[in-house]
Amino acid sequence: MISVENLSKHFGAKVAVDGISFSVERGEVLGFLGPNGAGKSTTMRMVTGYIPPTSGKVTVGGHDMWVDSVPAKKLIGYLPENAPAYTDMTVKGFIGFAAEVRGLSGAAKAKAVDRVVEMCFLENVLHQSVDTLSKGYLHRTCLAQSIVHDPDILILDEPTDGLDPNQKHEVRNLIRRMGEKKVIIFSTHILEEVEAACTRAIIVDQGRIVANGTPEELKAQAEMAGSVLVRVNGATKDAVSRTLGAVSGAATAKILDSEGDRVVARVLPGDGAKNGGLARGIADAVFKEGWKMEELHTEPGRLDDVFRSITRPDTAAARKEAK
Amino acid sequence: MGPACRNIYTIGKRELASFFASPVAYVFIVIFLLLTGFFTMMIGGFFERGQAELGQSFFGYLPWLYLFLVPAVGMRIWSEEQRMGTMELLLTMPITPWQAIVGKYLSSWLFLGLALAMTFPVWWTVNYLGDPDNGVIRCSYFGYFLLAGAYLAITSMTSAMTRNQVISFIISVVICFFLILAGWPPVTDFLATKMSQGAVEFVAAFSVMTHIEGFQRGIVDSRDLIYFVSVIFFSLFTTGVILRSHRAG
Repeated sequence: MISVENLSKHFGAKVAVDGISFSVERGEVLGFLGPNGAGKSTTMRMVTGYIPPTSGKVTVGGHDMWVDSVPAKKLIGYLPENAPAYTDMTVKGFIGFAAEVRGLSGAAKAKAVDRVVEMCFLENVLHQSVDTLSKGYLHRTCLAQSIVHDPDILILDEPTDGLDPNQKHEVRNLIRRMGEKKVIIFSTHILEEVEAACTRAIIVDQGRIVANGTPEELKAQAEMAGSVLVRVNGATKDAVSRTLGAVSGAATAKILDSEGDRVVARVLPGDGAKNGGLARGIADAVFKEGWKMEELHTEPGRLDDVFRSITRPDTAAARKEAK
Repeated sequence: MGPACRNIYTIGKRELASFFASPVAYVFIVIFLLLTGFFTMMIGGFFERGQAELGQSFFGYLPWLYLFLVPAVGMRIWSEEQRMGTMELLLTMPITPWQAIVGKYLSSWLFLGLALAMTFPVWWTVNYLGDPDNGVIRCSYFGYFLLAGAYLAITSMTSAMTRNQVISFIISVVICFFLILAGWPPVTDFLATKMSQGAVEFVAAFSVMTHIEGFQRGIVDSRDLIYFVSVIFFSLFTTGVILRSHRAG
């Protein structure tokens, strides 16, 4: 439904987005990840037709966003960053306005407004002026605006920013539920959100895509992914290191901690040793030596680690540390 | 109603509603009516003049009043959208930018027209006291409505330039001031001592004063109409160009 080809955006000499290409089909929830200033918002603004790209092409539902923009925009619901809204209107008036611009009127409009008010839990503030809303309510009001016409495509720029944990949970559920029938693209820098709601994730850094895959695929790229943590009783450090390092599929065994008879080790996998094979080999070796197994755990890989290893830090202190 | 008109109507309606949702609209109308009354009665000498006409006492001061009041109404049109980030919302909805520009412009113009219409007591008074030429007065009202529209279009343009309403106000006052000065008799008289007659007329042709004069005498001249319409058209077109260049970064 959405296809983005070689999209670039330059602001003067600064390159904000540098040749991004991806496509999203119905039923996919695409998470857009990246550090601050990576070009996430700029990309979303180009996809929604707010800012024209320097080069490249955005096609939404078969319509070119810059040639045939109105039919393309009709398919999209968009929640911009920071959830802007007309502060001099009431919540109901604001959502009603969005519905009207989307071509709804009369009974259809009233029905659509009622539906999103219920979905976004806005009953309590319906007649309140937008500028008196708390941040959570403001965010949900703007979210309601983006789904009032039941769009095929939903583009959300940091939809859970500034929400409390309960609200975050609700928004994630909403995304997952709607993602079954629609196309959803949302940006975030909260990694747990990607695991909770996405079917696919793209990591952007300095305007380029540095990773693209399912959350599981991305996690598998983590350095520690597939490594096995093992704690045994009744062995010496050297014996553990030697025996477990020799298990088939293992690269090395590192001793993390030892106290008396108890040894904690991490066995890093060699090439092609994943999916639990390594853990089985280690278990066999431990029993053969007659040690007592206290813990055995295969690391699934953490998105955090992948994120940190493939994106560049953007604070001066972190940059210094990285050197 | 075509889809374009529908979008313009929806946007204009929202804009007008937001005017009246805040005290701005009421404050404006009160100030406008107080000032027109003050100028007409006290400075313009409506009664002392002893003539059944509104040209000198009432309409004559409107270009100067509008110089400050129209930018005050229009300064927020686009500045506010840019500052609040709602422009991103508006322009990603299925409308074209020119529909948004025209919709917002027309609603503010309608509001100015409403304020102008509320000066009807002065018309009523002059009819009560004497026997004025009502055709001339109608024509003057129409001309000043166009004048307000021209100032408003210029303000819409300056408002697109910046997210700061004060800057937008000041720039539009300066531009409108030049449009008055270019044809204001004290200035044209001065220019006539320095320049040829043709050059002075060329400069004066850019002025709103030159073109409002006909309306004030009860004459709708196509040249004057074209002047106001082209100022409005040019300014709104420039608004679109500026907004587009802002988005392009």
